[in-house]
This record gives sequence, structure tokens and C-alpha cells, in this order.
Amino acid sequence: MAMKQGFIAGLAALVASAVMYAGPSGGTISGKVTYEGTPAKQKPIDMSKEASCAKQHATPLTTETVVTGPNNALENVVVYISAGAPDDPAPPSQPAKFDQKGCQYIPHVLALQVNQTLEIANDDQTSHNIHPLPKTNREWNKSQPPGTPPFSEKYDKPEFIPVKCNIHPWMHGNFAVLKNSHYAVTQGEGGFTLPNLPPGKYTISAWHESYGDQSQEVTISGSETKTVNFVFKAKPY
Amino acid sequence: MGKLFAVILALVALASAYPIVTHMYVQPVDISTHGHAIDEQLSDTMAESGFAFLGAQLLLAFFVWRFSNRKNGSKVKHLPGGAKLMVATAFILVGTEVLALGVLGQKAWADVYFTAPKQDALQIQSQAGQFAFYFRYPGVDGKFAPLHPDKIDEGNGNYFGLDLANDVEARDDVVTAELAIPVNREIQLLMHAKDVNHSFYVRELRIQQDFVPGLDLSVHFTATKTGKYEIVCTQLCGLGHYNMKAYLNVLSQEDFDKWLKEKASEQ
Repeated sequence: MAMKQGFIAGLAALVASAVMYAGPSGGTISGKVTYEGTPAKQKPIDMSKEASCAKQHATPLTTETVVTGPNNALENVVVYISAGAPDDPAPPSQPAKFDQKGCQYIPHVLALQVNQTLEIANDDQTSHNIHPLPKTNREWNKSQPPGTPPFSEKYDKPEFIPVKCNIHPWMHGNFAVLKNSHYAVTQGEGGFTLPNLPPGKYTISAWHESYGDQSQEVTISGSETKTVNFVFKAKPY
Repeated sequence: MGKLFAVILALVALASAYPIVTHMYVQPVDISTHGHAIDEQLSDTMAESGFAFLGAQLLLAFFVWRFSNRKNGSKVKHLPGGAKLMVATAFILVGTEVLALGVLGQKAWADVYFTAPKQDALQIQSQAGQFAFYFRYPGVDGKFAPLHPDKIDEGNGNYFGLDLANDVEARDDVVTAELAIPVNREIQLLMHAKDVNHSFYVRELRIQQDFVPGLDLSVHFTATKTGKYEIVCTQLCGLGHYNMKAYLNVLSQEDFDKWLKEKASEQ
């Protein structure tokens, strides 16, 4: 019996090492983003001036400046390598998609790369205007009536850009324009994984629209997985 | 031919007066205490300008009828006094009309603008910005906290620019997208514009007042009927002007208290 268990364990170890060998080379940084303290209360949004949007939400949508998950998880945090990783030679060919549906931006935080195509769609029966407010990139403000096809834009410098719609002042989102492909945006559980990192010393940063930026230094050697956690201080006001 | 033209002229004038005289266009319901004065003024204006219009058109038709088909070479007769008398008569007639409208209309105007609201009027602040109206109620402390334009953060629901972190007074202020008011209670609406000129227009309230950036204006009114009415911006304020609206919800005092409590809990 003990022999059999040992055999199975050995086999499992062999399979595991084979999988690791066959997998992408490089190390991984993973971790979780949480908050401590009391985050600001999110307010319900009254969309009654736009009936076609209001009826899409059975319960009113709330503001999304701080979105939390179970166990103090913090969502919509962009975790990225701010220094140490080489810039990608070319942006990904897939466009980054930003949708307007029910007078809400989906996703609330869109991470994309410098010069990657940004594709913006209007799925609503009303006109929107998309007005990102960059400080270093070129500013534009485009109107998109219902039924018009998606349009494309690009940003050529890394920047975190707030986005608003003047016609529906409650609509608020963010573009995170990043230098390389090593990034993740936290969701429900607040976890992130940045795989395929060649050995080296990195600065890993986490950005949240209300709580700002945090950074940590991480050194990766071989194909190890390092855990890095971020904790943001939340304030009720 | 001249006589036919005269008849057509008279008929067109009478036909255009018909819908006005028979009240084919029904006024929207009046839900304010001062609205009847405005309606009376509008109807006086309509009657006065209507008589002037009809009189002028029928006189024109009469002249066309009377003096058409004149033979070549017949002598033209002038009214005594020449052009001077005509100009003076027109000046006096039009002047009297304009002056009379002003004198008769001052009551409707003064009721709204030159009378102070009562001491117990409920103060509500309105912020107009491209392209929505927002409203603020002072909360349990009865005070409006100061505004800090740099704190305006629409994504966070801070449409007025309240400094919640530092102003304790701001924390009970109730900010809404709907203007709910109690029926039969005087309301003083404090008007604040965030960016450009806007206008507050509720036809059932018979109120139309501009928002002017930098000027803190106010209007006061008392609504007499419960119901939901549309508030629209009537000053072209930019791309989204057509979509700048909100709702006025006139509630019983009891429903209003309930509504305000519910909105306060959402802040």
C-alpha cells in the first residue's frame, strides 16, 4: 500500500515537472490586492433622465470608484511591471474593447498597451460622447450616436486616463495605457498573476483610481513564482 | 382680381385668428399658485396683439377692395397731415400697446421676482451643468455646506463639490437627480451653474429662469398639485442640450418626508 502511494506520488511529481518544463519559460509574480479600513460608500445612480438605460438595470447601478470583493478584496486595480521589463517590440494585434451599455462603461478599468488599437462601441439606444481626459497624450472628445459602428483610437504614451461622458455625467471609467504586456486588472477575489517573466529585477506597481499607486521591488530568478500582495488604505470619505 | 385678393387676405386673417379665439390650443395644466397671473397675462397679450393683427389685416383688405380697379390717370387722395401724422399715430398706438402690456404684466412678474419668499420656504439648491440637473437638500442640520468646485467628481457622485472629508456639515446634505417637493409648501430654488448658461423650465409651474455662471439666482414657487413633471433646459448649452432634463416630483408632505429619508440613507 505504501509502495503504491509512493509510486503515485512519484508519478505525480514527474507529470508536474513535465508540465512545468513544457510550460512557458520564466517566473511568475502572483498575489492579491486588498484594502484595510472603511471604503467610501458607493451611491446608487439615478438614470431617470435616460429611460432607455434606466430600464436595463433592475436595481440601480452604483458608482464604481471603489469596488470590493469578499475578504477585503479590492477590484479594478491595475497591477503592472513599471520598471525592469523590456518594452514590447510591437503592440498586440487584438484591439482592446471598451463598451457603453446601459449608460455604463464596460469594463470600468480597461488596461491596454501603448499603440494598441482601442475599440469603442455604443450598445445603447442613446447618444454618448466619449471624453477621455489625458494629461500627456492627445485629448479628444467624440460623439457616438446609437447604431453607429465602433470607432478606433490609439494612445502613444503610457498614462492612466479618466474617461467621462458629458451627456450622462455619472458615466465614469478609466484607461490604463501601459508600456508592456505584463499586467492584470483585479476582479472579484482581488487576485492577479503575471506569468512569463524572464529572470531579473522588477518594479511591480498597483494602481487604483481612488487610492493611487503603490510599488514593490521583486527579483525573479529561473522559473520561480513569487508572491506579492498589495494593501491599500481605505477611507470612508 | 384686386377684389379677390382682398377677400383672400381677409379670409387668411380670420382663419389664423380662429384657433386662438376658440382656444384650440389648450394650455398645459397649471400647478402653481402664481401661474394664473401668468396665464391671464398671456391671454391679455394674445387678445391685444390679436386685435391689432386682425384690425391691420382687415383694414388692408378693405383698402385693397376699395381702391383696386382704379382707372389710369385718376387722382390719388392723401390723408391730411402727410407721413408725419401717420408716423406719430403709429408711434402712439404701438407705444401705448407696449406700455400697457408692461403695466398690466408687472403684477405677474412682481409676484415671482419682487416678492421675497416666506421665512419657512423650503430651500433647495440646484446645480446645472452640462448636461444634467442635480439638486441638494440641506439635511437634518438645515445648512448647506460650502461648495468646492475643485472637489467635483461626477464619477463618485459628488456633483456639487462637497468636501466630505473635512466638512462635517456636508455629510448630511442630500444630493439627488430628481427634484421632489412637498405640495402646497413654498420652495425657494437656489440656482447655481457649474459651467455655462442653462435654464430651469417647468411649463406646468409657469417658471422659466436662467442659470448664469457666477450669479447665484433664485426663484420661489408653490406647487398645488401632486404629480411628476418634466424639467428641461431651455438655453442652448452645448452638444447634449437636447438631453438635459430632470423630473419634478410633487409629493404629499408625508411622501416627501419618506422620500427624503430614503435619499438621505443613500448618501
